[in-house]
Amino acid sequence: MKTLIKSLVEAWGPSGYEGHVRTTLSGYLAGQVDEIRTDSMGNLIALKKGDGSGKRVMIASHMDEIGIAVTHVDAKGFLRFGPVGGVMPLTLVGNRVRFANGTIGVIGREDWLVERSLPTWKQVFVDVGATCAKDAPVGIGDMGAFDRAFCDLGKRLVSKAMDDRIACAIAAQAALTMDPGPNDVYFVFTVQEEVGTRGAMVSAFGIAPDVAVSVDVTPVGDTPEATPTSVVLGKGPAVKVKDSGMLAHPGVKDWMVRTAENTGIPYQLEVLVAGTTDAYSIQTSRAGVPAGCLSIPCRYVHTPSEMVDYQDVTLSVDLLSALLSNPITM
Amino acid sequence: MILQQLSDARGVSGHENDIRKVIYALAKPLADECRVDALGNLICLKRGSDASDGRKVMLAAHMDEIGLMVVGFNGDGTLQFEKVGGIDDRVLLAKRVLLGDKQVPGVIGFPPIHLIPRGQRSQAPDYEKMAIDIGANSAEEAKKRVDLGDYVSFDTHFEQLTSDGLRMAKGKAFDDRAGCAVLLSLLEGDYPFDLYAVFTTQEEVGLRGARVAAYSVAPDLAIVLEGTICDDLPNKRDESPVTRVGNGPAITFMDRSFIADKGLFETLVRTAKELGIPFQLKQAIAGGTDAGAIHLSREGVPAVTVAVPARSIHAPVGMISMQDLEYTVQLVQAALQRL
Repeated sequence: MKTLIKSLVEAWGPSGYEGHVRTTLSGYLAGQVDEIRTDSMGNLIALKKGDGSGKRVMIASHMDEIGIAVTHVDAKGFLRFGPVGGVMPLTLVGNRVRFANGTIGVIGREDWLVERSLPTWKQVFVDVGATCAKDAPVGIGDMGAFDRAFCDLGKRLVSKAMDDRIACAIAAQAALTMDPGPNDVYFVFTVQEEVGTRGAMVSAFGIAPDVAVSVDVTPVGDTPEATPTSVVLGKGPAVKVKDSGMLAHPGVKDWMVRTAENTGIPYQLEVLVAGTTDAYSIQTSRAGVPAGCLSIPCRYVHTPSEMVDYQDVTLSVDLLSALLSNPITM
Repeated sequence: MILQQLSDARGVSGHENDIRKVIYALAKPLADECRVDALGNLICLKRGSDASDGRKVMLAAHMDEIGLMVVGFNGDGTLQFEKVGGIDDRVLLAKRVLLGDKQVPGVIGFPPIHLIPRGQRSQAPDYEKMAIDIGANSAEEAKKRVDLGDYVSFDTHFEQLTSDGLRMAKGKAFDDRAGCAVLLSLLEGDYPFDLYAVFTTQEEVGLRGARVAAYSVAPDLAIVLEGTICDDLPNKRDESPVTRVGNGPAITFMDRSFIADKGLFETLVRTAKELGIPFQLKQAIAGGTDAGAIHLSREGVPAVTVAVPARSIHAPVGMISMQDLEYTVQLVQAALQRL
């Protein structure tokens, strides 16, 4: 599974440009699912058919990662840019970004020698090694993503884009390990989550599921002097109770908790004060969809080095697989 | 002149009656069907010349403009107001306005310079501290002429600046009457597919009209026509101007409301390059347009936004280049033939 994780997290794919991730996933799932298609917005939808007696279930994990978009190339070839998704200025200076054509750039800050305060978006730029505007190999509208390789630290894995490729890996793995039971399961690998859970909105409309679960990372407060949170790394997948965009359907939450307890999978309950997931837009699709979220505990979310616990990952596959293999009662 | 009619017509978000009447009269002869939906969107269908084509293309421009609403009466006969849409408080002071369907004239008042301490003269007051003066001497007198909830629009008259070869226009509401003008021109063309020209409502308060219009039209793709941010005033720093007046239509790659469909974006850029039509890319991830609502309709709709750069948008008076507007029509017209 680590090979799959590595290829997914290292794939280049800021919001709106998820093609490489989609290719990796559709290659991995080819022949393993009953139907696979890409919708007009780019969501990859893979169906594992059930025997028709169960529910239509939608599992959403997003393919896109946060990034930047170039807004200006100055006379000396430096690029000004804006955020794509929830990029924090704190994580910028000295970091590298990669563009679609492979160009690597370093993020710099105005007046670096003297000014060490947190920069604003107007004070940062990307240096791609160009010496004049004409020389710059990227232009206005080009998107970049953080450039960081995957590292296996043993118990823990670290990379850019664990948010949410780790969930893509979990969902893809669950598609292979689940028993074909009563449910029609739509594994949806969504686009544009980081800019407003957009891909999930339109794919939910198309699928019209009876129940939905998003799979996404959740921040943890288990590092030195951190504000404590309900979830920590290494204690198993988290069942979401609420976040700032969604209240998990109690029936969905209870179904997830019950399944974890019945199968002996350790789990945590998650109450998140900020942020939301694809379940937010799925929940209000059409006439409403009971929705919940399976969260993967993750340190340093929205930085180029997002860290997860490998056992949390494999337990998440087990839990998701168990959830989907059996009749769903809420 | 059509742009003059469009710019001068009143239509603050949620009360687009006047501007809709103007557009309806202009669009009716050009379309096969025109209807108004429950939220006030004007949806005009021009059937395609090729019955086997089967595609539905939605072009959208919003009719509504930013403005104010009367929310209270002061004892001295002046009126409290609330903003409708995004308005910088600083542009409100001492502006002429028209209130309600009776178009009662008024002025947004504030104490004169003589009464403001020297240190406060450079500070903009909050709009809550301003009031609309309609010349009434008591609340009772004011209530005879104005009702709570009356919409207030800026009293601005369109004018063309044509001296010394200039081809500029100044007026109010170019966001998005410039887009409406472009859309009316596009309705004159012939297309193989069914063209839905949708003049939307309530864009300025959250892309509301477009959301329901896109649901009912259920288009295969959409192009949104806008008047957009222009900040081409002198700047010592070499940094993004969002757009520049006179540099042609501005194509959006991404704003706060959506990421443009790559195919449509490329079609516009390629069309402009091949035909030698000047164009620019909007150089900021700022603002939102009806494309934000349309592209998320149903199972998703590929969408892109093209805009006429407009100086001083969201203010009582702005300025655009007539040439930019004409180039926008040319570009979209040509791109539509290449879809």
